[in-house]
Amino acid sequence: MALLEIKEVSRRFSDLVAVDNVSFSVNAGEFFTLLGPSGCGKTTLLRMIAGFDQPDSGTITLDGIDLKNTPPEKRPIHTVFQSYALFPHMTVEQNIAFPLKMAGQSESEIKTKVKATLDLVALNDRAKRYPNELSGGQRQRVALARGLVNRPRLLLLDEPLGALDAKLREQMQIELIALQRDTGVTFVFVTHAQAEALALSHRIAVMRAGKIEQLDEPDRLYGQPKNRFVADFIGNVNMHDATVRTIGDTLTLDLGKLGKVVAPLRKNQSLKEGMSGAFIIRPEQVSIRAASEPSGDPNQFVGTVNDFLYIGDVTTYIVDLPDGARIEALLPNSAPGRAKFFELGDPVRVSWKAEAGAFLDS
Amino acid sequence: MSNHTASRIRGERLVKYSIITPPFLFLLMFFLFPALIMVVASFRFPGEFGGLAPLFRTEDGTGGLTLENYRLFFSSSNYAWIFLRSFGVAALTTVICLFMAYPVATLIARSPKKSRDLLVLLCVLPFASNFLVRVYAWMIIFQPFNMMHSRLAVIVGMVYVHLPFMILPLYTNLEKHDPTLLDAAQDLGANAWQRFWRVTFPMSLPGIFSGAVLVFIPVLGMFAIPEILGGKDDWLVGNMIKEAFLGARDWPFGSMLSMIMTITVLMLVALSAWFARKGVYRA
Repeated sequence: MALLEIKEVSRRFSDLVAVDNVSFSVNAGEFFTLLGPSGCGKTTLLRMIAGFDQPDSGTITLDGIDLKNTPPEKRPIHTVFQSYALFPHMTVEQNIAFPLKMAGQSESEIKTKVKATLDLVALNDRAKRYPNELSGGQRQRVALARGLVNRPRLLLLDEPLGALDAKLREQMQIELIALQRDTGVTFVFVTHAQAEALALSHRIAVMRAGKIEQLDEPDRLYGQPKNRFVADFIGNVNMHDATVRTIGDTLTLDLGKLGKVVAPLRKNQSLKEGMSGAFIIRPEQVSIRAASEPSGDPNQFVGTVNDFLYIGDVTTYIVDLPDGARIEALLPNSAPGRAKFFELGDPVRVSWKAEAGAFLDS
Repeated sequence: MSNHTASRIRGERLVKYSIITPPFLFLLMFFLFPALIMVVASFRFPGEFGGLAPLFRTEDGTGGLTLENYRLFFSSSNYAWIFLRSFGVAALTTVICLFMAYPVATLIARSPKKSRDLLVLLCVLPFASNFLVRVYAWMIIFQPFNMMHSRLAVIVGMVYVHLPFMILPLYTNLEKHDPTLLDAAQDLGANAWQRFWRVTFPMSLPGIFSGAVLVFIPVLGMFAIPEILGGKDDWLVGNMIKEAFLGARDWPFGSMLSMIMTITVLMLVALSAWFARKGVYRA
């Protein structure tokens, strides 16, 4: 049985449907992420799970028990708030002890657990400090420790890394994964940062306008997005309007002026000839070489380098195609002593294999 | 450093000093100087018809400095009792004000932003009419209930006059509380009472402290309310001081009472500030 079950949950605010008939379940021990742009309903959903808001319809059950009449303080669910919400008048130690005190545990029990949790987040030397004496990353760890100290059934995390700078965020991501694994607590994580979601989660629900667009494991979400929104929201993607020409073992797609491409046919994809949609391909699947060099790939076009973005480990080349469309190709900068392969205006050949890319009908 | 920056810094300094000099001089003239006069006066003899005897002993044996005023204060328990009563009344007034102001301040702090200013204005609206007139109005209210000239009437009057001084600092403090903290407390298992007692209350201690100081000290010095609403047994330090100056025309004695009151109050404030800092609250 799933730990948390969201069933046909809807929530309306006067003129806005924040959550629209959403159903999903979270398994025990899972790192589950709600991913979507701001205003997609992910935070409303989180508040309903925590108990700060009630669904207009539908049910939320935890361990098979309907939470409808359980106030937030009685739910075995804790939240790590975006602003951390640490109590400014309490030391790190007192902050972490708070949920244990509320649960009426004995002084000695509280002492042991606080100590163990301080160890877990490596804040032993900060136990007597007040939150305003801590760095952002340390506050973040106190908030996590406070949420985890009495091992809730579920820990909700509301964009907890949003306030940290990039380097620290990466470090905290690693710590989050370790914390989740070590404590075994089920995490429901809310974020708008797709890279973060991919790095952390076992499963991700991509939300838009109150609905779940796709619920999948990170690699499937990235590799087999269901529709244009998901393809575009997760990672970078090249997208081109396309029409289905022939359906066989593979698909032949008509890209208009650009000509035809071959694309793989996905299982469970019901397509008809003449159907219009989009052809997508990830930049790292596109090969790029000088126009004079031949390529054995079935899909290839000659274009000119319009621009490139040097990131360090990779360079993204933006190539103008004959029909005015643009395609991005990603090239790793792994050749020693050589950071740039092409100059602006260079004629180049972009190509990809028959198995790469996909056709999306929505 | 270039010449230009140096002259700019000099200019900024000039502006800074020219802004703070007038209020500084004002306080020096009208606060520190009179206070020093009072300190000295409390060690002098009264003049024959009020005022002060000469500071230095004259040939006819009048004037000079003395500890007589202080000796008189400690020679009889009467004065100590009035002091004690005053502190009692002030403490009681402060506590009642606190209990009445807390819900009001909470309500204002949680009102929509737009209506907060209006509600604060309503709290201070009584100041728009003269203080004495308002106290006389209480006479009219008390008379039918036969409450005039009682300790109760004094306390009610004191609370009435000083309540806004408790509401305002409390409101200023409560308004700054992050509501997410209460969500967090509830999320972590705190019920409504625990949320108040463990989060809101300790965080509001600085507000309570300022409010208490703003109520407690003026009540100690207040003489109009005990005089108008109270009986002879309701005299407070303020009445004694006023009587020493205006009735007995004994300035040194009045100054001495004033000195003792000031020193006691300063000690109390220092003590409570020390407690407050000792870890009940950290910002």
